[in-house]
Amino acid sequence: MSSDRLPRLLALVPYLMSHPGAQVPEVAQLFGLSEKQLVDDLQLVWMCGLPGHTPGDLIDVSWDGGEITIENAETIARPLKLGVDEASALLVALRMLDELPEFEGRDVLSRVIAKLEQAAGDGAAAVSSQVQVEVGAAPGAHSVITDATRRRRRLSLHYYVPGRDEITPREVDPMRVVVVDGRHYLEGWCYRAEAMRMFRLDRIVEVDVLDVAANPPAEAEPMDVTEGVFRPSDSDELVELEVTAAGRWVAEYYPCEEIVELGEGRLRVSLRARDQSWLVRLALRLGDSGRVLSPASLADRVAETAKAALANYDSVA
Amino acid sequence: MSRRKTERLLNLVICLLATQRPLSAEQIRQAVPGYDPDNDEAFQRMFERDKNELREIGIPIDVQRDPWEDDPGYRIVRQAYELPEIILEPDEAAVIGLAAQVWQRASLAEAASGALLKLQAGGVRTDLADSPLELRVDTRDAAFPALWEAVRDRRAVTFPYRSAGSESVLTRTVEPWGVVSRGGRWYTVGHDRDRGAPRVFRLSRIAGPVSTVGRPGAVTVPEDVDLRSMVGFQEAPNERIALIKVRQGTGLGLRHAAVAERTGSGGWDEVEVTFADPERLAGWIASLGADVEVLDPPDAREAVIRRLKGALQTSGDHGCER
Repeated sequence: MSSDRLPRLLALVPYLMSHPGAQVPEVAQLFGLSEKQLVDDLQLVWMCGLPGHTPGDLIDVSWDGGEITIENAETIARPLKLGVDEASALLVALRMLDELPEFEGRDVLSRVIAKLEQAAGDGAAAVSSQVQVEVGAAPGAHSVITDATRRRRRLSLHYYVPGRDEITPREVDPMRVVVVDGRHYLEGWCYRAEAMRMFRLDRIVEVDVLDVAANPPAEAEPMDVTEGVFRPSDSDELVELEVTAAGRWVAEYYPCEEIVELGEGRLRVSLRARDQSWLVRLALRLGDSGRVLSPASLADRVAETAKAALANYDSVA
Repeated sequence: MSRRKTERLLNLVICLLATQRPLSAEQIRQAVPGYDPDNDEAFQRMFERDKNELREIGIPIDVQRDPWEDDPGYRIVRQAYELPEIILEPDEAAVIGLAAQVWQRASLAEAASGALLKLQAGGVRTDLADSPLELRVDTRDAAFPALWEAVRDRRAVTFPYRSAGSESVLTRTVEPWGVVSRGGRWYTVGHDRDRGAPRVFRLSRIAGPVSTVGRPGAVTVPEDVDLRSMVGFQEAPNERIALIKVRQGTGLGLRHAAVAERTGSGGWDEVEVTFADPERLAGWIASLGADVEVLDPPDAREAVIRRLKGALQTSGDHGCER
């Protein structure tokens, strides 16, 4: 952390100069510090200044009553210019926003991109055109859903659940549209599950806007998608599979608790699933490139289902 | 970094920014508290390290070599140091706030929040509006930071790579032209030196560390290169049609995807589904178990039977072990 301290101070001083009367708590929060750490930073700044280091050369900081004032820091009154990584990180994200059909304000975006490119220099502009996030084509239901989310209307959905091969009707109070890794999701309170749910927009088979105001219960909090959209719960059954090189995609597509290389491209993966029938389908799909190691009940179900399915073909074969 | 060192570096930055003309190392030694006044060698070492640390965080130190002086002079040119004046309207600032949240992990998340902080320090207000839209991009692949840096620095890289479905890992040497996220996966596109041709690599299939090869600036990105169309592999159009029997009341996803559906007899319906690759179709159909049966074409039918037999065999083996 301490190696970040100098860059932080070089942003803190200009921030305080451009925000006279800023309060200790709000500044600490913005810079991700405790109030004690912030005061320690201020004390350090107070020891620095122009060569000579007489009282008249030093930066003058006070935080009496929590209100910060800073003087005599004109030399570092402007923040350091944006680094290539910093500017590129923003520019790549802005260009991605530009591809979102629901993003209103394309003119705002081009103004921001132009200003940022100008502030950042050529290096960042070049990198940001070499790193691209493609946004998946928006499914048809998309404009209806974003509009209902904005207007806070309840939705009636027919949603396809591939794990169970079902299309289920649900009423949902939409809360936000989340785009994760270029894929669109609707997040909302599902009255069927009586819980917050994420719905992939491309699996919504049918959608109607109801003439009812969305009114999610107080406990409906948006989910933290930082660690991915679908996180299995610890109470879900733990399953072990072995896959060959041809079945390695399983480890890339589903969140695995453990992945062990077994040589020749084979893997042993452990994953959790709420629903055993989803795993039966996965095993059938894998064919001979996957094998259920445990639990035995799952292996038995796979064998049974495969036998029953093969019986369909027996009459001719 | 110790408190004392941070103080010294901050004083050094102020000193180099404040000076009108370049200062020699000796002048800096006098002006900035904390340098060793007695031991020349210790001072030189410390001063070199300090300059490097400032450069690492993006502070440009200008070195002037005057033919009449023995020692070079140092200063920071204000124009090269400072964030230029940037004025954002409230709606523009809100968009930047949204963009700064996009990155989920480590390196880029830090870069984005660092940029936001600098803009705010420069006087930009980025109060986050309560947006009904949220965007996230994950860079969970271990190879991502190294490839981002290689693309940024125009530098060739080498890494162990396992092609799709391959049992072995080969070392590849690539001049990366870019990194693209498509359908939630990251790819790098570039000139593969071993194959002597452009290639696309999926980051999740990079099986070990990415190391740089040669100097920065050595990679030239072809001017007309279209990264996305290179990553958007030529998926064959679904030109073939399969005829599939579906048990009544099941196969809802299949029926939804079907181009034709006919009610049949004996508890079965028939649907027609378009496809390109019989193996891909077979994966889907096999996963639906006993509720479906491919009637035609024969290669798709055979592919399903093969998969089901494979699944029976591997799961049956397990049964025998018990």
